[in-house]
Amino acid sequence: MNWWARLLRRGRMEEQLDKELRFHLEQHTADLIAQGGDPAEARRQARLALGGPEQVKEGCRDARGTRWLEDLWQDLRYALRTLRQQPAFTCVALLTLALGSGATTVIFTVFDGVLLKPMPYPDPSRLVEVHGHATDWNAALYGEQRLSYPDFLDCQRESRSLDLAGYFFNGGTLSEPGDPEFVVEYQSSANLFSVFGVPLYRGRAFLPEEDKAGGAPVAILGYSLWQHRFAGNPRVLGTTVALNGARATIVGIAAQEFRINGEEADLYTPLGQSTYPILKLRRPHPVGTYARLRPGVTLAQAQTELALFGRHLAERYPDSNQGRSFIAYTVRPDVGDARSTLWLLLGAVTLVLLIACVNIASLLLARAVSRERELAMRVALGAGRGRLIRQCLTESAALGLAGGALGVLWAALGIRPFVAFWPGSLPRAEEVHLDWRVLLFAVAVSLACGLLFGVAPALRVPTKALETALRAGARTVPGGARRLHGGFVIAEIALAVVLLVSAGMLGRTLLRVSAFDPGLNVHNVLIARMGLSPASLIDPARARVAWQDILDRARRVPGVESVAMVDTVPMRQGVNELTYWHSADVPPENRRPIALATCVTPDYLKTVGLLLRSGRFFDDRDRKGSEPVIVIDDVMAQRAFGGRQAVGQRLWIPGMGANAAAFTVVGVVGHVRHWGLAGDDHATIRDQFYYPFAQLDDGLVRRWSELMSIVVRTGTPPLTLVPSLKRELRGAAGDQVLYEVRTLEQLTRATLDRQRFLSLLFGVFAGLALLLACVGTYGVLAYLTSRRVPEIGVRMALGATARDVVGLVLRQSIAMILAGVSLGAVGVIAAARVLYREVPGMQPAEPLTVALLLAVLMAAALFASFLPARRAGRVDPIRALREE
Amino acid sequence: MPNKSDLPQGTLDLLILKVAALGPVHGYAIAQRLQQVSRDVVQVPQGSLYPALHRLENRGLLAADWKETETGREAKFYRLTRKGRAQLEAEAASWARLTEAVGLILRLSEGGAQ
Repeated sequence: MNWWARLLRRGRMEEQLDKELRFHLEQHTADLIAQGGDPAEARRQARLALGGPEQVKEGCRDARGTRWLEDLWQDLRYALRTLRQQPAFTCVALLTLALGSGATTVIFTVFDGVLLKPMPYPDPSRLVEVHGHATDWNAALYGEQRLSYPDFLDCQRESRSLDLAGYFFNGGTLSEPGDPEFVVEYQSSANLFSVFGVPLYRGRAFLPEEDKAGGAPVAILGYSLWQHRFAGNPRVLGTTVALNGARATIVGIAAQEFRINGEEADLYTPLGQSTYPILKLRRPHPVGTYARLRPGVTLAQAQTELALFGRHLAERYPDSNQGRSFIAYTVRPDVGDARSTLWLLLGAVTLVLLIACVNIASLLLARAVSRERELAMRVALGAGRGRLIRQCLTESAALGLAGGALGVLWAALGIRPFVAFWPGSLPRAEEVHLDWRVLLFAVAVSLACGLLFGVAPALRVPTKALETALRAGARTVPGGARRLHGGFVIAEIALAVVLLVSAGMLGRTLLRVSAFDPGLNVHNVLIARMGLSPASLIDPARARVAWQDILDRARRVPGVESVAMVDTVPMRQGVNELTYWHSADVPPENRRPIALATCVTPDYLKTVGLLLRSGRFFDDRDRKGSEPVIVIDDVMAQRAFGGRQAVGQRLWIPGMGANAAAFTVVGVVGHVRHWGLAGDDHATIRDQFYYPFAQLDDGLVRRWSELMSIVVRTGTPPLTLVPSLKRELRGAAGDQVLYEVRTLEQLTRATLDRQRFLSLLFGVFAGLALLLACVGTYGVLAYLTSRRVPEIGVRMALGATARDVVGLVLRQSIAMILAGVSLGAVGVIAAARVLYREVPGMQPAEPLTVALLLAVLMAAALFASFLPARRAGRVDPIRALREE
Repeated sequence: MPNKSDLPQGTLDLLILKVAALGPVHGYAIAQRLQQVSRDVVQVPQGSLYPALHRLENRGLLAADWKETETGREAKFYRLTRKGRAQLEAEAASWARLTEAVGLILRLSEGGAQ
C-alpha cells in the first residue's frame, strides 16, 4: 500500500486498528474468565495488561511511517475550518495576498520569458555566435562586428569544429503578386535552418548548389508574410514572387517561431547568389554569423580554431585583415534595456508583496495573541510544542497558497494585456506565457510568504509559564507582541516610503525630461522610409534622378511645405558612426573621436527646423565634383575647434568613401537630441555632422538608396497626408512604397516611453503600498487600542479626559510612523542610487517632492490611526471596568 | 510470581518474527505464545506489541490478512514474508553470535576468579 492509498483509506485503517485491539481485549478477558475469574475483574486485568488503548493506537499510527502526512492533512482541514469561521479576516487576507502575489506573478512571468528562458532553438548551449574582432575596433562603442563574406566563406570551408551559417540583412520591395510592399530579406547560406536546428514549416531549405552565383533563383517565405500576404495558402510553393524586380521560385515556408536575434524575416534568399558589391570585399563586415559546435567539440576548441583562421587570413590579406580575428560565444538573447526595466519592476513589486505579507503577519499575530490561552490549554493537555508550531505554520501556508492561487489566476488574465501595454515592443514577447516555471515560482513565493507571516504567530506558542498564560485575561497584550506589532507598522511605512519616493522621483524626472528641447521643431513633420523602384537602383545616376523625381512629386502634394531626404533620423533606430580628425596627420582609428554622420538634401534644415548657428547649410552649389563640404553641430565644433571659428576649417573623415578625405566646414547648426530626450546627455557619441547626398560616393548610392527616408513638413496634421503622398510617390512602374511612416512627434514621445511606463507602474505600486500600509496601520492600532480598553477605563476613572486618551493613542502611532519614515529614508537612498544608474535622464531626488510625498504618507497614516484613537476617547470607563 | 526481567532492546522484533515463522498467527496469540514459551520469565509488554507488529508490517517483514479463528471470530493474522524470513535468519544468527560471545566472556571472568 503506498502512502497515497494509506491517506485515502485512513478511515478504514483506523477501524481495523480498533477492531484488532478490541479482539485482543475480548480474547484476553474470555481466557481469564475461563480460568475462573470474575468477569468485571477479568476485563480490568485485560485492560491493565494492554495499557491505555489510545496510547497503543498512537504507537501503531507512528509505526505506519506516514504520520507526518496524516498530521498535515489534519492540520490542513483544521486550518480551512478556522479560516472559514472568520470570513472577514480571510477575505481581507486573501485580497491583500492576491494583489501582492498577482502583481508579482505577472512581472515574474515577463521576467522569466524575457530573461530566464533558454533561447528557443534545440540544444541552445551548442549554438554560438561568431563575431569579427579587430585590435583597432571599439566593441563597447560600436557593438560586435560581423564578418566579411569572403572571410565567412573561408571559415565555413576550413572549420573542423563548427558548422557556420551566415545571413545578410537586406530590405527590398516585393512587387508581385499583389501590391508592392517593403519586406525584410535575409540573404542566407543554405544551411541556416539546419544550423539553428529549426526545420521549415513547409517545403525545403536551399540546396548547396543554389547557394552559389548562377544557381536557380529561389526564396523561402517567412511565416508571418506567408500568413498576411498569401493567407496561409500552402499552394504558393512552386509559384514565383518578384523581389527587387527579379523573379524567384518559392521553395519553402519558415517555421512560425523562427527568429534570429528576436527578428523574423519576411523572406530568405540564397546568400551565394547575391550581387551586392560589398559581399565581394574583405573590408566591410555585413554577414551575421551563427554556428553549431560539431559533436564532441568544446567551445574553447572552436575559439582556438577561429583564432588560427584569423592569423592565417591576416597573413594572406594584410590590407584588409591586419589585426583582425574571430571570436565565438554561446548564443544569448539581446533584450536591450528591458533587462533593467524588468529588474526595477521586480524590485518594486517585491516591496508591495512584502507590505502585503507584513499586513497579514500583523493580522495573524493579533489572532494568535487572542488564541494564546487556547494554545496554553492544549500544551497543558499534552500537545507537543513542535506539533502546535507546525499547525500554525500549516495554517499560514494554506493561506499563502490560496492567495498564490488567486495571484496565478490574476496573472493568467493579466499577462497578455500587460505585454501589449509594454512600451515599444517587448523583446521575446512571444515567449512570455504562464508555464511550469511560473507556477513553481508562484508556489515558492506563496510558501515563503506563508512562512514569513506565519513565523511570528507560530513562535507565540507557549513553552513555559503556562500558568501565567492560562491565568492572564484575554484582554492584555504581552510586551513582546506589542513591540512586534509596532515593528510591523514601522516596516510597512518604511517600505511604502521607498516606493512612494521612487515613484515621485520618476514622475518628476519624466516632467523635467519632457520639457527638454529636442533641437528640432517636431510639430507637423512626417518621416517615412522609401523603397526606390528596383529598376532605378541599378546605377547611381538613375537612382539620383529617381530621388530628385520623388522630391519634386512630394513637393507638389497639397499641404506639403517642404521635403527632404535623410538617411538616419533622430530618435529612430539606425545610425552611421564615423571617426574624424582635425588635421591631415590622422592617427589610428581607435584614437580618433567619433561622430554621427547624416546624409541629407539641402531642404533638411528647413524641414526639420534645425537651428543654423553660423555659416550656411547646403544648397545646389554643393554637387558632385565641387568642394566636399560638411555642416557640423555645436558639440562637434566645440570638440574639434574649441572656441575657434569653425566655419572655413577642414576636417578629415577617412570613412566617407573614395571621393575625398578632407571636408570643409561650411556651417554650424544646433545639437539635436539624437539619442532621445533623456538619453542624449549620457550618450557616448554626441558629435554630429551632415553631408550632402549630392556628394555621396557613387559606390555607396545603391546601399544608401535602400536606407533613405523622406522628411516632409506639412501645414496640416501630418498623418492626413499619408494617402496622397503614397499615391503620388508610387512611381512610373507603381513599385515604390512608403513604409514605417511616423511623425517626428511620435518618435520624440517614444524616447520617453520607458520613463513613462516606469513612472506609471511605480505610481500604481506606490498607491497600492500606501493603501496597504494605511490599512495595516489602522488594523494594528485598532487592535492594540481595543486591548487597552480596561487600561483606558482606569485612566478615565482617574480623571483622564477623552482628549488625553486620543493623544495617548496618537502619540504611540506618531512614534511608529516617524520611525518608519526614517527607516524608509535609508531605503530611499539605496533605491535612488539604483534608479540613477538604470534610468536615463534620472534627476536627483528633489527636497520639495520628497517633503510633499512624505506629508501625504504621514497624513494618510495619521488618519488611519485617528479612527481607533477616537474610538478610544469614547470608551465608557464604567463599562470598561465592569468588563474587567 | 517469579521475578520478571525486561526484554533487551530490539529483541521483541526478533521474537515476533520467530513466532510468526511457525504459521499465521494473530496478535493476542503472539502475546500468549511469548508468555508461555518464556515460562513467564520475560515480561512481554503488550502495549508495545502492536506498534511493533505494525512497524514490521510497514517494513514488509510481515503480511497480514483478516481471517476467522477456531471460535469463528474475525482476527488479523500475521504471517512471515520472504523478506521477513531472511531478516529472521540474519537476526537469529547475529543473536546467537552475540550470546555466545557474551557467554564466553562471562565464563572467562569466572575462570579468572577461581
